[in-house]
Amino acid sequence: MSAGGMATDAVRRLEAMLLIRAYEEKLVELQRSGAPGTCTSVGQEACAVGVVGALEARDRILTNHRSAGHLIARGADPGRLMAEVLGRVDGYCGGRSGSLHISAKKLGVVLTSTIVGGELSMAPGVALAQKMGQGEPGGIVAVFFGDGAACEGIFHESLNLAVQWQLPLLFVCENNDWQAFVHRRETMPDNAIADWAAGHGLPVATVDGNDVEAVHAAAREAVAAIRADGQPRFLELVTYRLRGHFEPDDQAYVDPAELARWQARDPLHGQADRLLAQGALDADEFAQLREQAVARIEAAVAFAQASAWPGPRTLTHHVYAEQGAHS
Amino acid sequence: MTRMTIEQAIHQALAEEMQRDERVLLMGEGVATKRRDLVQAFGATRVRNTPLAEAVIAGTAVGAAASGLRPVIDLLFAPFLAYAMDALVNSAGKLRYLSGGQFEFPLVALSMTGSGWCVGAQHNHNLEAMFAHAPGLKVVMPSTAADVKGLLKAAIRDNNPVLFFTDLALLHQEGEVPDDSAHRVPLGQAAVRRAGTDVTLVSYAKTVEVCLQAAAQLQGQGIAAEVIDLRTLKPLDEATVLNSLRKTGRLVVVTEASGLCGMAAELAALAATRAFDALRAPVVRLTGPDAPGASSWVLEQAALPSADAVVQAVQGMRAEVAVGREALAAS
Repeated sequence: MSAGGMATDAVRRLEAMLLIRAYEEKLVELQRSGAPGTCTSVGQEACAVGVVGALEARDRILTNHRSAGHLIARGADPGRLMAEVLGRVDGYCGGRSGSLHISAKKLGVVLTSTIVGGELSMAPGVALAQKMGQGEPGGIVAVFFGDGAACEGIFHESLNLAVQWQLPLLFVCENNDWQAFVHRRETMPDNAIADWAAGHGLPVATVDGNDVEAVHAAAREAVAAIRADGQPRFLELVTYRLRGHFEPDDQAYVDPAELARWQARDPLHGQADRLLAQGALDADEFAQLREQAVARIEAAVAFAQASAWPGPRTLTHHVYAEQGAHS
Repeated sequence: MTRMTIEQAIHQALAEEMQRDERVLLMGEGVATKRRDLVQAFGATRVRNTPLAEAVIAGTAVGAAASGLRPVIDLLFAPFLAYAMDALVNSAGKLRYLSGGQFEFPLVALSMTGSGWCVGAQHNHNLEAMFAHAPGLKVVMPSTAADVKGLLKAAIRDNNPVLFFTDLALLHQEGEVPDDSAHRVPLGQAAVRRAGTDVTLVSYAKTVEVCLQAAAQLQGQGIAAEVIDLRTLKPLDEATVLNSLRKTGRLVVVTEASGLCGMAAELAALAATRAFDALRAPVVRLTGPDAPGASSWVLEQAALPSADAVVQAVQGMRAEVAVGREALAAS
């Protein structure tokens, strides 16, 4: 591969997107043979990779049910993720979460909620703790949600509090046009999300969410601004959910022409084409990257399937803090 | 001992715990407005007025608790908890479990409820059983100033989310409170307010006093009633109730909350499943009706189980036993 720091980082971003795609395509395949269904983020990989790559280890992330991209971009082990989806002991949450609410505290991916908007309710508290000295110095918090969550009342409560309390919080809205089985055009005025955020006094950037370099640049700028002044920022990433709400979903309700338009704007192809055109990557190297991603996911499946089931006697472990009273 | 109201006991518990642990912070609508001395002592960073936005107040407490702070939130009136349900039930109650134990949620949610102020059903609704039904949460509802202070201090130190309900009618009631700042009442321990051998009266919050009045009347009739104040509803002190029941064989549960699927139903089930052999009469539940709280003083009071009703229930239980004995003798 060609030399040069920028090119190398850009290739790494492509690599990360390929890994996320391979992971989620495998989940779709496993679901067809009886594994639990999942909410995939196929088509939204550039959002995850672009933003998470702009964060540092001291930063914290809150995410939602469509979290695989955020977790893998943060360095989560696909084997442990897959084990969690399959309900095995080696999953990040010991099989208690499944795919929908995976968190990995050691990676800084905290408090995942699958209640649309739940992550928005908790994010100000994580950022407040950071501001009050509980986290690592200089850390900020990023919260990922979608256009569906922007229609929840908690969206406004959360943005308002972050502005009033001057919290070091990056709101990342992956506007993927779909709110479960309802198209965004039925639920809000066009471009409403950025206007709503601006109405709360937040600096907003609206970016092509399928261009990983554009996302990354905007995220770097927003993160640097938050670190500099401690004030919240808002990123709207315009993207599209290429698969259904939940696997299985035949997407019979999706306009085929609209889907085809967005498939033609697949973020992985966009980044690959750019790197190929720049000469940062050649066709063989690209093929090799894809094969490596698929091979890593095959190994992840083998790891997950070899992992033990949790013992039924552990059913009620972790409901309450064992050490009830704090001295 | 110092004589103080329940409202003062809450304030003193907050002040002592904030003094003791700098991770404790107080958030809510008006907390900084009403508790100026706490703002002066601990700073505006730790005593925070919030917008009128219960969902994000509770959510913020959940996020802060998981990140190393120990928040106490004042949500004012219990019906407002409906806006905070997602954060309290879906996040605080479940994310410890769903994460495989990665997070703890040491937070306390304060709210007031109960008849006595004629505020009507959207400020007065005893929701304690709803939260007792949610896994991962603890529920406290004391009746005396000493217990309010001791339980609130224990709740703030607990590593689990605690719903702390204060009975509106008791807010200005005075009681003796130990002066020792180490005074704490452990969560999950009921108190026997009056010892007796003939019948067990179980209650919490304002209806404990109703039971004590009934017990005094019953004493005049030669009936010794034992009165148990649950204080904590979850975890429920089953042992204290069962021990009493094994002694008396008769159980009357008295709550302001309505009966269906409530604490009274839970206690009746406890008696039926764990002490059936000890029961000498059917369990009696005296509860509020399945109706929203009315505002008119007369209607508000009509919804409350009275001491006379408790006395009548106990007399009825003893009558049933007497009739049973007569029937047995005649057979």
